[in-house]
Amino acid sequence: MTGDTVTRKEISVVNRDVLVIGGGIAGIQASLDLAEMGIKVHLVERLPSIGGKMSQLDKTFPTNDCAL
Amino acid sequence: MSGHAMKKGNADAQETRIGVFICHCGSNIAGYLDCEAVTKYATTLPGVVYAKNNLYTCSEAGIGEIKSAIAEHKLNRVVVASCSPRTHMPLFKSACGEAGLNPYLFEMVNIRDQCSWVHMQEREEATGKAMDLVRMGVAKATFLEPQEDIESSLVRRAVVIGGGMAGLSAAEALGDMGMEVILVEREPRLGGLLRRINRIAPRGGSAAELIEERISRVQSRDNIKICLESEVTAVGGYIGNYEVTVRDRAGQESQETVGCIVVATGGVPLVPEGLFGYNGRNVITQIELEERLKSGPLDATRVVMIQCAGARSAERPYCSRICCLTAVKNAIYIKEQNPEADVHILYRDIQMYGAENERLLWESRGMGVRYDVYNVERPPVVKEDVVEFYQPLMGQVYDLPYDLVVLSTPVVAREDAPAISQLMRIPIDQNNFFLEAHAKLRPLDFATDGIFLCGSARYPATVGEARAQGLGAASRAGTVLFKDKLVTSALVAAINPETCVGCQGCLMVCPYGAIRFDTQRGVCEVNTILCKGCGNCASTCPSQSVVLKGFSPKQLLSQIRVMLS
Repeated sequence: MTGDTVTRKEISVVNRDVLVIGGGIAGIQASLDLAEMGIKVHLVERLPSIGGKMSQLDKTFPTNDCAL
Repeated sequence: MSGHAMKKGNADAQETRIGVFICHCGSNIAGYLDCEAVTKYATTLPGVVYAKNNLYTCSEAGIGEIKSAIAEHKLNRVVVASCSPRTHMPLFKSACGEAGLNPYLFEMVNIRDQCSWVHMQEREEATGKAMDLVRMGVAKATFLEPQEDIESSLVRRAVVIGGGMAGLSAAEALGDMGMEVILVEREPRLGGLLRRINRIAPRGGSAAELIEERISRVQSRDNIKICLESEVTAVGGYIGNYEVTVRDRAGQESQETVGCIVVATGGVPLVPEGLFGYNGRNVITQIELEERLKSGPLDATRVVMIQCAGARSAERPYCSRICCLTAVKNAIYIKEQNPEADVHILYRDIQMYGAENERLLWESRGMGVRYDVYNVERPPVVKEDVVEFYQPLMGQVYDLPYDLVVLSTPVVAREDAPAISQLMRIPIDQNNFFLEAHAKLRPLDFATDGIFLCGSARYPATVGEARAQGLGAASRAGTVLFKDKLVTSALVAAINPETCVGCQGCLMVCPYGAIRFDTQRGVCEVNTILCKGCGNCASTCPSQSVVLKGFSPKQLLSQIRVMLS
């Protein structure tokens, strides 16, 4: 043992942006909540439009809101 | 056409310059009525200086057109005739704001949901109705007044009610975000139901160890204040500034001002008094079995489990969802401890959602756990030393000898759920579980802003689900608490104290508890943060002292007048 003290390394947060991969309802909600918190979000979606499976649905049960 | 047609004495001294945008919504509107004709008609209306139709007004191009028209034609009112305000009103309003026009000088007309979609076979009539609707919108827009959003301060603190897995997770996550948290637990110790559970999954480790780790994390944080043997006795205020009264064991009450509240009060396993011969001795519940398994080897080799004991009945129609997982988990554990043990599970339907859980069911079958379906019309009967059950597939009655009968009872709402519901004016369902704002889109929010929900208080949750919901509720609270100030719509009710007679009719019909009676002045007052602008009060007031901004009698009557003209 050398007796060296170990100190926790502190890293100052340099970048507060968040990358969200996938623009379905989960990715969209995560992005919205982060944006509400004042964080810049980069939402990446493979397809030409976001919305995912939910945008293919007609109504959402039980309220029968338009899924789109 | 210009402001000449306007009545004199309009509050807006400026000339009224209205721009109207008619949306085709692809073929949703244009396919069933003549948008060109409606646009042309709009230009003839008093005050309208510009009208334009476009394929999608909500598209980038459409929004761009609104903005440039505001500048180019010096518009001081904008009307968009398109879909429901619920879909794109915020978008159009902010477009106005970005172009330098007060967003409250925007009016939306619904010619899709309320016109083209319901008159698909009547093109001419639909076009006529769209014209009527646009005329009404324009008439109202004429009398719109600029408003300022209401800003309020907020306190960056949260109270979490309930110290089980959901509440601990929410408190820990909020603590990690740097928020000050007050964690209120009714019992002398944190941990909730997990304290009584043996293992998480068959091989997932001890529940006690898992919960202790969570507890020590919460305890080690300076910014989390833990109140044991305490309960919330009063809640006042509103999002950003809730006043929560916490009473401790000694009856001492303290006031906490918080920005958000997280409800994580959990549920309790049903004690099945009078069901299947329950006696707490050799006919016990799954949670009692867990406690026995935790305390040492089980002194029973013939175990019969009965599913849906007290669940999916007339009294409790819901499926508690987690009891099948629990039964399979405990069956595997018993077989692992003693491969000679006989475990027989009598069920109605097996609910093992999730790939991992489905695998466990088949694994248990491989280990020799036996499964038999029972008929709800002819349920098993627990006798002195056998369980007599009718096997509907074989059409025969079998006797299963047992040392121990284990009843899988549902998780039910806590007895105090209705009291908490009243305290915070948050809804509960017919089973006394708390009701979220929207089953799919807002699963962790209450309709009341700034109050969030997680864990088995909402619906029976597994450990993983309770934790996920706890973290989620913290994240939802974070969307409020990270703000510097709260901004709410200016379209709220206002009561004129000069004419209010203090009858409190408005107070009775307010679903948000936003109206207060000032006993000193003898008049009612609106809390503009709590008010959601529903207008119940305005339509109730006998002296017309209540006005809902954006829906004043003048604005509404102008609409009706032009409709009838």
